[in-house]
Amino acid sequence: MAEIIHSRKSLATNPLKSSAPLGAALAYLGVAGSVPMLHGSQGCTSFALVLTVRHTREAIPMQTTAIDEVATVMGGAENLEEALLNLTRRMKPRFIGVATTALVETRGEDIAGDLKLILARNPELQKVKIVLAKTPDFAGALEDGWSKAVTAIIDEIVEPRGPVAPLYQQINILPGVHQTAGDIEWMVETAESFGLIPVVLPNVAGSLDGTVPDHYVATTLGGTTVEAISRMGCALHTVAIGEHMRAPAALMASRTGVPSTVLPTLTGLGPSDAFVALLARVSERAAPARLRRQRSQLVDAMLDGHFHFGRKRIAIGADPDLLTSLAAFFASMGADIVTAVASTSNSPLLTDVPTARVVVGDLMDFEDSAAAAEADLLVTHSHGRQASERLGIPLLRIGFPVFDRLGTMHRCTAGYQGTRNLIFEVANISLSGLHEHAPEDYAHASPIIEETRHAGATSATC
Amino acid sequence: MSEALKAKIAEVFNEPGCDKNQAKDPKERKKGCSKPLTPGAAAGGCAFDGAKIALQPLTDVVHLVHGPLACEGNGWDNRHASSSDSKLYRTGFTTDLSELDIVMGNGEKRLYRAIKEAIARHNPPAIFVYATCVPALIGDDIEAVCSHATEKFGTPCIPINAPGFVGAKNLGNKLAGEALIDHVIGTIEPETISNTDINILGEYNLSGELWQVLPLLDHLGVRVHACVTGNAKYTEVASCHRVSVNMMVCSTALINVARKMQERFGIPYFEGSFYGISDTSDSLRMIAQMLVDRGADTSLTDRTEILIASEEARAWQRIEPYRAALKGKRVLLYTGGVKSWSIVSALQEIGMEIVSTSVRKSTDGDKDKIKALMGGDAHMVDSIPPREMYASLMRGDADIMLSGGRSQFVALKAKTPWLDINQERHNAYAGYDGMVELVAELHKAIVNPVWQEVRRPAPWEQSDRDTERTALLEAAC
Repeated sequence: MAEIIHSRKSLATNPLKSSAPLGAALAYLGVAGSVPMLHGSQGCTSFALVLTVRHTREAIPMQTTAIDEVATVMGGAENLEEALLNLTRRMKPRFIGVATTALVETRGEDIAGDLKLILARNPELQKVKIVLAKTPDFAGALEDGWSKAVTAIIDEIVEPRGPVAPLYQQINILPGVHQTAGDIEWMVETAESFGLIPVVLPNVAGSLDGTVPDHYVATTLGGTTVEAISRMGCALHTVAIGEHMRAPAALMASRTGVPSTVLPTLTGLGPSDAFVALLARVSERAAPARLRRQRSQLVDAMLDGHFHFGRKRIAIGADPDLLTSLAAFFASMGADIVTAVASTSNSPLLTDVPTARVVVGDLMDFEDSAAAAEADLLVTHSHGRQASERLGIPLLRIGFPVFDRLGTMHRCTAGYQGTRNLIFEVANISLSGLHEHAPEDYAHASPIIEETRHAGATSATC
Repeated sequence: MSEALKAKIAEVFNEPGCDKNQAKDPKERKKGCSKPLTPGAAAGGCAFDGAKIALQPLTDVVHLVHGPLACEGNGWDNRHASSSDSKLYRTGFTTDLSELDIVMGNGEKRLYRAIKEAIARHNPPAIFVYATCVPALIGDDIEAVCSHATEKFGTPCIPINAPGFVGAKNLGNKLAGEALIDHVIGTIEPETISNTDINILGEYNLSGELWQVLPLLDHLGVRVHACVTGNAKYTEVASCHRVSVNMMVCSTALINVARKMQERFGIPYFEGSFYGISDTSDSLRMIAQMLVDRGADTSLTDRTEILIASEEARAWQRIEPYRAALKGKRVLLYTGGVKSWSIVSALQEIGMEIVSTSVRKSTDGDKDKIKALMGGDAHMVDSIPPREMYASLMRGDADIMLSGGRSQFVALKAKTPWLDINQERHNAYAGYDGMVELVAELHKAIVNPVWQEVRRPAPWEQSDRDTERTALLEAAC
């Protein structure tokens, strides 16, 4: 069981985490006809927007209540009202997701109360579904913001189930913040192969999967519709991915009576099996042949790939659920987790990470620890690039943000195929780093004495 | 917000060096340079963002952001200001204020300890401490913490008081300039001075653009003492008050620094640009003339003309191979508008046609220049809503759009060639070499066969169209 170490520093160097409001905005982007709006100063939105654009390489609708000096002193309710009205008139969204920031939360306003009054006095806002999540930057990180936004959506939109039994073979899927469009596609296709009709909340596979529409859309295009969300109570089952999705899954269950299951991850053979077994149970069907073949391919990839994992020293820096998932995957393939740095301690599963210590800290903690542990591979998001350069250790980019590689949203690490891909990716990093062996490699075993050096070894350097 | 900060903002809004500012009546001036923001319809960064943009390129100092996570966590190491030496500026430092710090009022203490930790680990020549909204709201006095820390540790700690809610990016640029004037420039005496020393203000060495220009100045024997702040070291900026001339680029971002250095240290300044061939030449001429006026060897003027002649000839010769492919191609130029005329003139010189250019941030003088270049103001636009921009590009009004990342996907989704000419770009377009590079990039973007490929109809569209045609023909019979 890992010991959780809380950093006692006052200075965070090279932040590992992204902010909670950004996580909330990402969740709102998985709703159709949506515009996320951060309730804060214009910079709050600008930074979040730029980072999201760089990660997804898509135009991102994201607005701001543009809190200025006056609103900072007098309160932000007027700005919120004006913003909702402007946004509704200009962009004609079907859904507006509001996420609060540290600025308005520090003032401690009753924003939910303000929003009620605003909606009551503006009939034109009734056409739009408006959801509010309280996500100050000073508490939590990406996973927390995402989870709070999904909870808020469920709370606002999902209808309680009536007395009628479910008509459809519907299954609700609540992906975590680190599930890409590619991951979600795998979940959807797999559920469909069991004859189930999946409703995904939020569904970035609809809105951020890189398509070229034939007309201009100011809001998100694709994603789950408000109507589909309202009918999530009609499902047979809800499956949520990641510990941070436990709260939304619980709310869904208590609201609708639909039973729910939280799976910690979909990466790895065991986790993929758990998902498939769940679908088989819910649908009362046997796994289709295609899936059986995929599983066999993964097993083969594990056999081919395990050579490149055994005795490999892995350093991971990520949000808690992603860290737990990746650590379990690497450990299952025989690698040693020598460094584990989590952005927050907001997951009870952190103690299960197969390593001695999990540090709640930043990328400087990550870099220092990886250097001291002589890691073979760094696993974190794109901001690990500086550490990778300085230490000369290869970097596997994963998490948020990945801004210096293409295809982030399509990279699938979920299920049999995704796990297979990840094994190949890691093994290929290892293979490309193979070097021709030289006597110096084994110098620690018996020091090379120049006078007695074998003639054939003189030119070998590495 | 503290009275000191209010006074500082009022001062920045009254900029005698700025033509646009001086043309306003006192009431208008009081409202400031940035237009009031519309909630729900605003774009662009905050004052803190602007301050960071202006100062972050200073390479060897610790840039410490005092605030909750998002301010630094969502935006660190996100630009391509280059450094030939220290990489410390690319490290993200923040106090990452927690709820407890805010509730307990521990902000100042945490900042002080963070400064101490940063010095212990990195021993920088200075620490720049940036205020953000939350500490400003709860009344953290970063000036007091900085002055105490400076005294205690002997490392200059520079307060940058530009919390996000005070305004937009441009205001942040200026507040950053104020911090340099108040706390940095003139605090160290330079080791050497000559009468051909200059500073360049408002150049951030994005993608290494400074290095496209420095060889030209080297050739003339002109030494850039400090570039504020591209590839700058702290001591260079701190001791940049003994040069003969300040050149101000990036329009008016740091105009307050230029003007105050003139008042305080008697250094004349001019506004120039290294974008475009004729602009580069004009700037070199201006530097030479002002240096000669200030006592440099008069031969500098002739040497400058010789350099200009040979560099211009060389640039045009290198551009020539692209001319045929680019001639007559229509460009939609959509930038902040700062000095867009310098790019307009360059593109026209190679025979491209400008269908429209944005003039959002241009001064009246800039607009006059564009009018003269393009014949009338029909093609000048303030801003284009993305929907209209998309429609225009879909109609094929332009063969290429040049803009910043914000409108990138409007062009790409309209399957139109696009070139990044904003600060996030990876290519350097300064000086003569930069212009050749820009033309080569334009050419690369336009001639790429991918545009024909991506516009190819899908098989089902093809058959839909055939079916439609058959139906039409049948109907006609």
